[in-house]
Amino acid sequence: MFYREAGDFKTTYADDNQTFPIKFDRYRYYFVLVFAFAVVPFVINDYWVNAIFLPFLIYSIAAIGLNILVGYCGQVSLGTGGFMAVGAYACYKLMTAFPEVNIFFHVLLAGGVTAGVGVLFGLPSLRIKGFYLAVATLAAQFFLVWLFNRVPWFYNYSASGQISAPERTLFGFEVTGPNTSAWAPYLFCLVLVTLSALVARNLTRGMQGRQWMAIRDMDIAAEIIGVNPLRAKLTAFAVSSFFVGISGALFFSVYLGAVEVGEAFGIQKSFLVLFMIIIGGLGSIFGSFAGAAFLVLMPVLLKNVLVGMLGWPTDLAAHLEFLIVGALIIIFLIAEPHGLAQLWRVAKEKLRLWPFPH
Amino acid sequence: MSAQESYVTEDGRTIGPTVMEMKNITLRFGGVKAITDISFDIREGEIRAIIGPNGAGKSSMLNVISGFYIPQDGEVWYKGEKRPPMKPYEVAQQGIARTFQNIALFEGMSVLDNVMTGRMRQMQSGMLAQALWRGKAEKEEVENREAVEKIIDFLEIQAIRKTPVARLPYGLKKRVELARALAAEPSILLLDEPMAGMNVEEKEDMSRFILDVNDEFGTTIALIEHDMGVVMDLSDRVVVMDYGKKIGDGTPDEVRSNQAVIDAYLGVAHD
Repeated sequence: MFYREAGDFKTTYADDNQTFPIKFDRYRYYFVLVFAFAVVPFVINDYWVNAIFLPFLIYSIAAIGLNILVGYCGQVSLGTGGFMAVGAYACYKLMTAFPEVNIFFHVLLAGGVTAGVGVLFGLPSLRIKGFYLAVATLAAQFFLVWLFNRVPWFYNYSASGQISAPERTLFGFEVTGPNTSAWAPYLFCLVLVTLSALVARNLTRGMQGRQWMAIRDMDIAAEIIGVNPLRAKLTAFAVSSFFVGISGALFFSVYLGAVEVGEAFGIQKSFLVLFMIIIGGLGSIFGSFAGAAFLVLMPVLLKNVLVGMLGWPTDLAAHLEFLIVGALIIIFLIAEPHGLAQLWRVAKEKLRLWPFPH
Repeated sequence: MSAQESYVTEDGRTIGPTVMEMKNITLRFGGVKAITDISFDIREGEIRAIIGPNGAGKSSMLNVISGFYIPQDGEVWYKGEKRPPMKPYEVAQQGIARTFQNIALFEGMSVLDNVMTGRMRQMQSGMLAQALWRGKAEKEEVENREAVEKIIDFLEIQAIRKTPVARLPYGLKKRVELARALAAEPSILLLDEPMAGMNVEEKEDMSRFILDVNDEFGTTIALIEHDMGVVMDLSDRVVVMDYGKKIGDGTPDEVRSNQAVIDAYLGVAHD
């Protein structure tokens, strides 16, 4: 009734293959995009950007990246934090070594460097699967953090061992450093999120995505129809790490500004992103956004309700926040193990028939 | 008739020269000999059956052809050339497609995506083109979709093309698996028990599809099947295996009257 595909006929295969085959969906997404690009930048302030929009956008990229590896290709990874660190440090080294180059390219190149590192740590995936692979990627996580802590070259021999982002501009507006206006970093991240989502969607709906999913669903059958398993797995590691690297670079340069590797990119970051895609929905781009939104927004929302509206002490609220978020995760996963994306799919199927049950 | 001359069957199909030849294949797993010194050939355009009691080594034979097992002895000749040891995906890229005894579909994907995956060999666009969905990638996607839709029409699975495979009943899954193998436009199609676990109607449907595939696309088919009636009706020539050895080879009529085959299936009195 509210959501229907009746009358929405396709006459070419190209039409049928498009990103949002259902007209209603398409216009809804266009609306969200226009709103995000044309309205939000004019109304946001520093608090909204730093507490909500930047983390949401940056984690969305990381979640899209990890979802390609775990959700689409079925290779479990616990190395996300480490790969984000690679992106961050690559971006830092590039920013300080080539200050005249546009930061946009630094971020993309940082993604490229991370892709290379991802492929390297993806090599064991040909031999080991499942939990064992997860443990192998865990090694990547600890090794990379150790590396960035121990080798002074990576933090340019600074006394604190931290890296901090120099001020950089894009089209004359500052996007990093302390003097940014709220909308500039927001738009910068939004552009990258949009591009990432589009690229991820294109890859996953085409032959590359089918190869990944084939490996995920049944690797023997994939091989028998001509999928080279090593190539498919390594491309998944590369593309996934590329996005994760971009998000790490943004996390460092645009969001935090200064980073201590063990604190910002520790194992808890790997788990956070993994939870995002599990809660959001494995094997779904929308799920990556939903999961990122859930884990970024829920704590903020709870804090505002508990401290702001109910007037509870901050420390009590902070602890309760953990409890409530944890409980919500469990409830969500019991109600819908396939995540928010599946809930959304079910809701759409119901809306299609509403008000009739069948 | 010599092995290399083409001839025309009673029902008007042309059987060409040998396309694949197995020469003295021996396959061992440790001390167990799964296949002992077996030779046979598959000719272009024919339906070749491999039969035998349980544990005779039929599936092992198919796995040798499709590259899962590398035989310890013997040679595989394909299209007039000796085939070096290959990985399964390389075999697939040479144009040999197969189905499995217990369905091996991608459960998380739609029927359409499953069948499209069969077009691996025909889709060569690079990752960058795919990421941007421009140029070759977009063109290939549409062209191959057309080819896939023809196969979907052919196997009469239009109504379920967007359904996730996990939701389908057994018989349809078997058909989707056949569609996926056909989508590769294989020169040899290997079917491992295409009719296992089906009722009479489903078997009839499947038999019709196999005959149609062979007839319309001229696809060479090698199949393993336990239903003797089906095998004798469908196939042009039959290889019979027992305990890893070849005990018979010939037309269905020849095989049916072969004493060794009758003994293997019915048992012999030991007195």
